[in-house]
Amino acid sequence: MNPEEIYNTLVNKFGESVLSFDTELVGDTSIHIASTAIADVCQFLAETDTLLFDSLMCLSGLDLSTKDEEFSVVYHLHSIRHRHNVVLKASVPKTDAHLPTVSHIWKTADWHEREAYDLYGIFFEGHTDLRRILLPDDWEGYPLRKDYQEPDFYRGMRVPY
Amino acid sequence: MESTQPTESKIIELKPFTDEMIVNMGPQHPSTHGVLRLELRLDGEIVREAIPHIGYLHRCFEKHSENLSYPQIIPFTDRMDYVAAMNQNWGFCLAVEKLLEADETKDFAVPERAEYLRVLICELNRIASHLLSFGTYGMDIGAFTPFLYAFRDRERLLLLFEKVCGARLTYNYIRIGGVSEIIPMEPGSVFEQNFLEEIEEFLDYFEPKIDEYNDLLTANSIFAERTMGVAVMTAEMALSYGATGPNLRGSGVDWDLRRDEPYSIYDRFDFNVPVSKDIPELGAVLGDCWSRYKVRMDEMKESVKIVRQILAEGLPDGPVMADLKAVRPPKGEIYFRSEAPRGELGFYIVSDGTPKPVRVKGRSPCFSALSAMQELSRGLMVADIIAIIGSIDIVMGEVDR
Repeated sequence: MNPEEIYNTLVNKFGESVLSFDTELVGDTSIHIASTAIADVCQFLAETDTLLFDSLMCLSGLDLSTKDEEFSVVYHLHSIRHRHNVVLKASVPKTDAHLPTVSHIWKTADWHEREAYDLYGIFFEGHTDLRRILLPDDWEGYPLRKDYQEPDFYRGMRVPY
Repeated sequence: MESTQPTESKIIELKPFTDEMIVNMGPQHPSTHGVLRLELRLDGEIVREAIPHIGYLHRCFEKHSENLSYPQIIPFTDRMDYVAAMNQNWGFCLAVEKLLEADETKDFAVPERAEYLRVLICELNRIASHLLSFGTYGMDIGAFTPFLYAFRDRERLLLLFEKVCGARLTYNYIRIGGVSEIIPMEPGSVFEQNFLEEIEEFLDYFEPKIDEYNDLLTANSIFAERTMGVAVMTAEMALSYGATGPNLRGSGVDWDLRRDEPYSIYDRFDFNVPVSKDIPELGAVLGDCWSRYKVRMDEMKESVKIVRQILAEGLPDGPVMADLKAVRPPKGEIYFRSEAPRGELGFYIVSDGTPKPVRVKGRSPCFSALSAMQELSRGLMVADIIAIIGSIDIVMGEVDR
């Protein structure tokens, strides 16, 4: 199935939770999903026989600019059985970045979500072990946010160079 | 006389478990292939839980990328998987090129000669990477000789890479739109002839060596005992954890991006994709450490096959660099993955039309494969942990980025 057919299938199934189909940008097309429904949509994509997205290739946090009021979480899915791809996007407000986890559907999401939490401060509800993964446990702030200011010192070591 | 009445029988509880002991394996340990710390919760010698702690080699690749132009990011990709840096360069360049190609206002194509050089170099790099994996895996398990053999052969490859780009480890050879032109390798020049001859000499020398290595290590009974039937990763588990490349094929999933989603010019070459299966007469179980290791050994032969086809055809004439004044992809985003020696290397790039990307995410194959570690090691012996780490073949530079 191509992304447009997948979009239509999702609209039929989930109605208003599927927000839009983004084709105006160059490159990959993506389907916007309401953040509250993302886990249900992923479950449906992973388990329906005609879709069967058995692998989550990549899960990334995204902060486009300081002016934006939302973070995005981008899901790149692939089905080895049917050989098709789809990109899902869910937006969460920067002030309250919470959305449901998908780590019970694909286990690889466990570490990818921890990374998104570590670098963007996006909280994945229902994740069993949400703690920092790449940075030290006592690091302050979320470095990949566009408005991030690095601390002057970390444990007595100068940070900016 | 007082009779000693038997008092009521005492029940002695036999606790099958001893107290839990926590052992830190790493971060500085030769068999963890870099700086990986494993928190082992042990019951005697049985591992109840092995929790990986990563990030010791985190060098902020993604943050750096936001402040650099596209060509400036390529040297950073070298430092991801530093034993297969050509493939990392290529993965990143492919993603940027896909974005440039998607721009209909500009005419952009990578020259034929560059494509051939890329496949040639990257397949040699794959051999070098698998050689390192084979050598160090043997050493982890207690066989020192294969390590020396592997490094002897890898050295010849590194000298070839040095000839073509001047570096042995961090190449920065593959550029956006082609390959680097620093070394004058004009079509038909003596330099080119010598270079290709040297590769051919290496292949003639190396091809029989693979069988020798199979005799030396693959069929070795101690090695087989240590790896066969240990840490079986089923196909479902491998897919769910996002294990790719040799780890996925070691679990019996027939999937290789070079064949199934051919990029560059891989559709022109004839090669097999080695996939593991159960071998009951040997004792190998589908998805065990030995299966994953064996896929790498077989892949080296296939890489030799591809390089031989290029040598037989000869490099086409023409430029090695596309006519590209500035790398300025249009506003848009792309996720592109390629088959690196350790699995699928993906780059997610978001561009806003300026010379610098808004977001670069490197999806590293080792990161996903290592996350399966905790489940794989549950209930095994401490010594098996070493066998698992070696068999999923991680490079910490890529895990931590």
